[in-house]
Amino acid sequence: MLIARVVGELVSTQKHPSHEGRKLLLVQPLNLDGSNRGDAVVALDAVDAGIGDRVLVATEGFSAMTAVGRTQSPIDMAVIGFIDLIDLLPGVS
Amino acid sequence: MNLGKVVGRVWCTMKDAHIDGHRLLIVQPITPELQNTGRRIICGDATSAGAGEIVYWVRGREASIALAPSEPPFDATIVGIVDEIHVKRPAETPAAPPKPNGRKRKGEAC
Repeated sequence: MLIARVVGELVSTQKHPSHEGRKLLLVQPLNLDGSNRGDAVVALDAVDAGIGDRVLVATEGFSAMTAVGRTQSPIDMAVIGFIDLIDLLPGVS
Repeated sequence: MNLGKVVGRVWCTMKDAHIDGHRLLIVQPITPELQNTGRRIICGDATSAGAGEIVYWVRGREASIALAPSEPPFDATIVGIVDEIHVKRPAETPAAPPKPNGRKRKGEAC
């Protein structure tokens, strides 16, 4: 799973039927210090997240499909939770 | 899932029987700011996407599931055509600089 920031939304009308009725979010994976890690990716929304939220993202098919509630569908990333707090041991970054 | 732009097509005649009837498209991964990032890949297509369109695609096992019931042995498949992208990055997380593009060969068409 990844820590990520929701940075945008996609609008798509022609898409796989299993994606209908769920928001498509652009999420930017983050490092523990809050800096960007790689490129933004597209994830289906399972928790009603919005732009600016810091979220937990599942990056594997089965967990993403299960979170969205649509098994046997082409979903490999889903927003599965909001992050309220990250607590690190001293010296870990 | 990732964003990409359709930049070409691939034809092949000798192929796995499960691939018959499926389109193969060349996709350039892009950032939400529409900058190229990373190397181009070949994707199957579940949406009838056309040249120049912005799409999003899945990779891995889910790429085959998108084209059920034939389930061709694809590792990347386009699953949606993007109409609009709304980006609003917070000030503390500016867009990462795009990665260098894939290596271009002489005479490459796309």
